Parts: sequence; structure tokens; C-alpha cells
Amino acid sequence: MTGTLLVQAQDIVKRRLCGNSLPVQLFSNLQSAETDIYNLLKRTVEYAESNSLLIIGPKSCGKSTLIKKVVSRVKKNENAAKNLLVVNLNGYMQTDDRIALDEITRQLQLENTIGDKVFGSFAETLSFLLQALRTGSNESQPILFLLEEFDLFAQHKNQTLLYNLFDIAQAGLTPLAVIGVTCRIDVMELLEKRVKSRFSHRQIFICNTWTFKEYVGAFKDCLQIKVEEKKKKAKWKIFLAKWNKNIDMLSEDLTVLEILEKQFLISQGLSGLQKLLMYPVWLLSNQHPLITPADIEESAKSLFADSKANILHGVSVLELCLIISMNHLMIIHDNQPFNFHMVYNEFLKFSQKKSHILHNYSKAVVLKAFEHLIELELLKTRDHSGIGISKIQKEYQPMVLLVENSQLLEAIGKYPGCPTDVKQWAQSSIV
Amino acid sequence: MSVEEVGLPARQKQVQQLTTLFHHPSHSAVPSIFIYGHSSTGKSVTLSHVLKTRKLTHVIVNCVECYTTSLLFLEVLRSFSSNEESIWKCDNMNDFVRNLRKILSKSEEAVYIVFDKAESLRDRNVNILPAIMNLQELTSCNLCVILVSELPWEKFYNGIGIRDPFIIFFPDYTKEELVEVLCHLQSPDTDLDFYRHYVTMVLAVFFLACRDLRELRHLAEMNFSIYKEPIEKGVATVNDKHKLWKNLEPHLRSALQKLYMREVSSDEWEKLQSKSSETALVKRQNIVELPFYSKFILISAYLASYNPAKTDRRFFVKNAGKMKRTAHSMKKDEKKSAHLRGPHAFPLDRMMAIFYSIVDGRVPPTANIFAQISSLVSLRFLSQIGHEDQIDSPRYKCIVSLEFITNIAKTVNFEIIRYLFDFV
Repeated sequence: MTGTLLVQAQDIVKRRLCGNSLPVQLFSNLQSAETDIYNLLKRTVEYAESNSLLIIGPKSCGKSTLIKKVVSRVKKNENAAKNLLVVNLNGYMQTDDRIALDEITRQLQLENTIGDKVFGSFAETLSFLLQALRTGSNESQPILFLLEEFDLFAQHKNQTLLYNLFDIAQAGLTPLAVIGVTCRIDVMELLEKRVKSRFSHRQIFICNTWTFKEYVGAFKDCLQIKVEEKKKKAKWKIFLAKWNKNIDMLSEDLTVLEILEKQFLISQGLSGLQKLLMYPVWLLSNQHPLITPADIEESAKSLFADSKANILHGVSVLELCLIISMNHLMIIHDNQPFNFHMVYNEFLKFSQKKSHILHNYSKAVVLKAFEHLIELELLKTRDHSGIGISKIQKEYQPMVLLVENSQLLEAIGKYPGCPTDVKQWAQSSIV
Repeated sequence: MSVEEVGLPARQKQVQQLTTLFHHPSHSAVPSIFIYGHSSTGKSVTLSHVLKTRKLTHVIVNCVECYTTSLLFLEVLRSFSSNEESIWKCDNMNDFVRNLRKILSKSEEAVYIVFDKAESLRDRNVNILPAIMNLQELTSCNLCVILVSELPWEKFYNGIGIRDPFIIFFPDYTKEELVEVLCHLQSPDTDLDFYRHYVTMVLAVFFLACRDLRELRHLAEMNFSIYKEPIEKGVATVNDKHKLWKNLEPHLRSALQKLYMREVSSDEWEKLQSKSSETALVKRQNIVELPFYSKFILISAYLASYNPAKTDRRFFVKNAGKMKRTAHSMKKDEKKSAHLRGPHAFPLDRMMAIFYSIVDGRVPPTANIFAQISSLVSLRFLSQIGHEDQIDSPRYKCIVSLEFITNIAKTVNFEIIRYLFDFV
């Protein structure tokens, strides 16, 4: 029985961690922003006022969630809200204005109206669309345009869509609310002058101001389940009591707190927390019904793992030697770029004088190893242009190393079965 | 025999990790997973093994094969849609998301979209990757995007935010694990203990230079017949380990010099092994037949590229008088060596002057000679520096290797090493 209950609980928490249904109390700090947006939408719906607004805030601080919440609130409460139309646009999806216009038509369900009509300009089409929405009476339906990833719309040619939307909003014929959501703080700079002058310059800045205490609170909110969320069965209640108590205990556990603090210092956002909790929640099963501090520790270990160290761990000794000689070259030549011949020369000096195990590899084999390192992007060509490729042999391409000295030394310390002479060579370039 | 049929050695932890993440397909899936690790550490195999054995709805797309975005989209849509005849027109993200929503709206269970070799997604339109990482949110369907790559996740950052996936690392195989995997890949009728011993020997030779399973497997398979040879001939028994090793070692050492090269196909290689006429093959490469004067032009271009201009007098003027042998002129700066730093550009006049001094007899400077220069440029032995339309005094660089030019020089009995400043 606990099995099915556990699966239910797991389902609820999983949904939260994937960002589909976050608990409301997480965004209590956005109260004032919420009222602002709500009032603005209310005015559009009730008094047919047109408005434009930008919401700016870093990634995963709850911008979209906030908007969704406000829109559903408006739709629920107001009498006139039944005929509020919402057009959702996303900069990732509508990559140019033609696609955006098609999508607007589709979302307003006007494909039939537009039929095979041919229009001269973008503005004509858009105004035709809006005209079509005026039902028999002269009253128009209020429309909300929600533009997510707003900054990407500013990259469209001539910013036609933005210009027209703001223009209509300013003209005030159709009640129109345009809300842009973006993470770029310099978004105003991206707008053309004529677009900027039509925008109302109403901006709301959102940022996450959680203290560590609130962060731990968010941790609890993510995992704990309120009893009201499901039918009030006795067994479910008992299970939840146990579940929630365990979460309380976790939030007081010292190792968990330490991990949370580390994550908090990296990013205050919710998404880091979600990533951290994901694996422990997925791991739950009948044999393992409650989250333990060890689970979170395990998850944190893979979350904080240094990926470059992971990659360095897997290169062959020959490749490692090449990285060491590049590192020496970078130090000797004061971060000047090097080429393959210089690396090979350095490597030869070492392998001939010092090392007995690295017998002479042919130059071609060493070059292959070198190319493998380029493929792993541990080093890169200095100029991005790529013009030089046919003009210069690949052996003479100037390269720079993307591995730090300290990173390298650490990786060599961890490298399984690293020959002693290689280790010593890494410490000092003198052979 | 494929690995899927018999499980995966040394990858239990990853299998378990993936299985955990794919548990309960009706629940909402992890939005995105990123799998990385060195090449041939079993990333794709493990993933498809888990997806298949758990019978999950999935599609695996190779991003290199689907070289345009619309091919990529079509591949995904086609595998999920049931009716074949509907031909999707889908060349932008908007249509893709819309179609995907339409197809997946009915299914409750999670759907998995795997993008293999995901690093090539970075070369596409900048918005593709962030959009793919956001696919669950964009479609509001229960789907999971899985990227498989050799590069770590931070190489995918592109400036403005990209949603971080759940990251799984596939660690490299240790030496012991490699032995296990290689034995595992053998057909079951081989004597495993015997083979294990053989693989250990192969690894002992190659492990320092190569940890790539694919290459090691190739090498092991190529050389196994040599290892077995004495037994088949009746000279040795299975237990004569030392004798077998003595027989095998020289072959492995020579293979080490050609690691990753794959100069010949496996077929040819076997033939060569039987005839042991390897030397003939090596000679065949690196020799390009050129006209007589072209060879001298190329040699003089090489000399002009790799020697400093002020040493020309010393090498090519017959009675150069007594060179002052000061300590300064003798000391060569290793850092400035052209063979380390790369070839220098030189004007045409300098090359022609060297050409006339090294070639025997009088050669009139006809169009024939100059035509050979431009054909050397189009053969990519020389490269022209600056604009093509600069007719006045064009500058060139010689872009052939030392090995190549010594071979060329040998055919015309010219000792090039004596004329190179770096080797004097």
C-alpha cells in the first residue's frame, strides 16, 4: 500500500521539480510585481485600455510562472475576462515575423477568415486580423500578447512585429496588452528608435532575493506535500505525516545544509535546487521510501563534479604528456600561442632524456594524439576566422591551451597509474 | 555480435542511473539529460540498451547525419507519427513544436528524444540548442531530451542563458575493464582465458598511447591470427606464453608506430603480414611525381621559406669571401627556428634567384617556368600570400613537410639538408 502512496507522492514532487506545478508559496516575494501586472491586465480587460510592459529578470527567477499565475487569476475573477484572448509567442519558436504572423492567426483561430486573401504589408495583415475580431458591435475583444524571450524578437528584420504591436497598442483602437518577458537587462538598447518611442517604457524588474534561510524554506516547499492536495484518506495522511517529517529532518541535517549552502552560493535560483533534488526523488522506491542525506550528498557530488577533470582523467599517457609540454610552453612563452612542432620538440626532449617507457612514437602517431586533444577542445586555434586553414599546414597552426596549470597538476595527481617521471616533469619543465 | 544482447560489462552504475531516471514513464520526465564521456565509452550503447529493454517510446537522432535542421525535425516527427503518408513540411522550430504537440498530445507516457553527437548542434542556428533544451516547456508534453556528446556541458554555453540539463558522466574504462570488455566482445567459441592473456599483452603495449576501445579492438583483432600462428603450425602450445609473446612482440611494436593511421584496409594488412613486404608500401607514399623543373622550384621555395634571407649569400654565392665567424653568427636561437615556428613568406624574386643558383645549366625564364609555379599553388604545395590579384611581386609560402621535400630532393640528387640553416 505504501508503494502506491509513494508513487503518488513521487509524482507530485517530480512535477514540481520539472517546473510544471510549483507550489505557490515559493514566489511570495514577487507579490508587488504580481499586483502591478494584475492591475494592468484588469484595466485592459475592463476599461479597454491598451498597455505595454516588459518584465526583466534573470533566468529561472519565476517570470513565466508569475505571468501564468496572473493570467489565470484574471481569467478566473473578472466578468469580462471570458473574452480575453491570449496569444503566446516565444522567441525560440517564432524565429521570424512571417512565422509569428502565421502563429498569431492560428492562435486567434482566424485561418478561415484570412483564407486566400493577399495583403500588401505586414501591418495590413495584422490590422485585418484585429479588425476581424470585432464582433457585430463596435466593441473589440481584449487581447493579451505574451512575448517570451522578447530579446529574440528584437533581432527580427526591421522589428516589424514589435513595431506593429506597440503601434496598435498606442493607437488605442483595439484593447491590447503587450507583455514582453526577457532576461536581458539591456533589452531597451536592442529596440530601434521608432519602436522604442511607441513603447510605454513600463518595466518591471524581478530578481530573486532569497536569503539562505528562505532558500532552505524553498527546499522544504519543493519536497513537502500539503494534505489538501489529495483526497483525505487516512492512510495518505499518515504517509504524508511521515514524509513531511522526514523532509523537516533533512532540512536540519548538517551535511544537507552544507550542500545547500554551497549550491546557494553558486546560484540562488530555483533551477539549481531542482537539479540537486532530482536524482534523490527519482531514486525512491519501495525498498528506499524516504530521502536520506546520503542521497543528496551523492547527487551533489555529481552536480559539483569538475567536468574538465573528468575529461583529463580519460586521456592516454601520451596525450597527457602533450598537455604537459603545452603547459610548459605556455609558461615559458608567456601565454603566446604554440604549434604542433614546438610541442613535439618539447615532448621529444623529455622522452629522449628522461622517460624509458615512452619509447619513440612516430611523429604521425603523436600528431593523431594532438588532433584528438583538439577534438576534445582542450586546446583551440587562436584565430576563429579559419581563413588560415588552407594557407598554413595544420602542424603550424597557432594554438592555445585551455587547461589551467593548477587544473593540470590536480588531474595528474588523480590520474590512475601515472608514471613517476611524467609526474616530475609536470612539476618542473627542466629535463 | 552486438553488445546489447548480452548486457554491458563495467557500465552497471550508468545502467542503473539511467533506469532510475526512466522509472515510471507515466510521471513527468526529467526535462533534459546530458550524457558525456570519451569516445567509445559505451554512451550510446548503454542508452539505447536501457531504452530498448524498458520498452520506452524513443527516437535516436544522429546530429551529424541530419545535417540540416529540417532533416533533424523530420526524423523526430517521422518516428513518432503513425500514418506514413502524411508528409510534414517542417523547417522551423514553430512547426516542429506544433507538430510534436499534435502527435504527442494523446500519449500519457513519457517520450524520449536522443540527440547523438550533440556537439554539432552548436554549429547550427544559435537558437536551436536553447530551444531544444526547453522543448518540454515549449511543447508542454511529457518528453525528455537527451543529448549525447564527447564534450563537457560547459562547451555548450552560448552567452545568454541555456537551461542546464541533468548531467551524467561516463568515466573512461580502466585497464582491467578494457580487458573485460574486449573479452566480452569476442565470439563465445574462443578460449577465453587464452584470449584474456593475449589482450593483456596487447594492452601492455598500447595502453600508454591509446585508450580508445574501438582502436584497441581493431588492433586486437588484427593481430590475433599472428598470435595463434605458432600454435596452428604446431611449433608451440597454448601454454608457451613466452614463446608466443616473442613471436608477437615485433608485430605489435610496428603496429604501435602506425596507431590510428589505418593506412591500409584490414584486408590488405593481412596480405602484407603474410608477405612481410611492408617497406614497399611505406615508400609508395609521400612520393609525388613532378616535372623536373617543378621539383627544383619547390626545393627553392622550401629553402626560401625556411632559411632567413640574410643567409642566402652564404649558401648560394660561389665565392662568398670569408664569412666572419663570430660567436653571434654561430649561435642559433632555437626559438626562432623556422622548422619550429613555421614557414616564412618570401617574394617571387628571391625564390627565382635561389632556383637559378641550384639548377644546372641555363634555364630561360619563360612562361613555362612561371606556369609551373601556379600549378604548384593549385596543388597546394605553395600558397600565395595576400591577394590573388597582386601581380606585381607576389609572395608565397611553401607548405610541404620536411619529409616530403627530402624525398623530392633525393629524386634529383640534391642534398637539401646541407642547404638548410636550421640543420647546418
